[in-house]
Amino acid sequence: MAMPAAEIEALIRAALPDADVAITDLAGDGDHYSAHVVSTAFAGKTRVQQHKLVYEALGGRMGGALHALQLTTAVPN
Amino acid sequence: MSEANTRISQIVQGNDVVLFMKGTPLFPQCGFSSRAIAILDHCGIAYESVDVLQDMEIRQGIKEFSDWPTIPQLYVKGEFVGGSDIMMEMYEAGELQQLLADAQVAKAS
Repeated sequence: MAMPAAEIEALIRAALPDADVAITDLAGDGDHYSAHVVSTAFAGKTRVQQHKLVYEALGGRMGGALHALQLTTAVPN
Repeated sequence: MSEANTRISQIVQGNDVVLFMKGTPLFPQCGFSSRAIAILDHCGIAYESVDVLQDMEIRQGIKEFSDWPTIPQLYVKGEFVGGSDIMMEMYEAGELQQLLADAQVAKAS
């Protein structure tokens, strides 16, 4: 149940258009990724709320089609 | 409220620190759960763990309980703190240690 990095990035950008998204394929298997997402949409939100915005952008794929996504979020400086 | 929800609520309210995980602290069955356990152990506090692989109802129910799609999930004093990524970010920033200190949770024995 792999998912290409470009698809993950496109889904995140569709929901958070200003987002700076950096995705790393951790295991080279198209199934274990890390993503660092920087967006003004995170301003004033808790980490849980920030991560939920990204999970919502992925539309229920998290924990399903997308098995392992290590996620970090930040607000632009 | 579903039966799973009631059970989860009782677990979360009944333990100062509880981690819903895949596997056990000694034998985590997933890299993210393993990382969460390592962080809690570094914090040196006592915690309870629930192996969701042993209970399909809780495995599914916990995701709805917190509106959070993945496991592990950490709860402190009844509040959802986050998954392993958030635990790591908070640990590195010293925020997790502070949260645990503020919550006055018991030290690991």
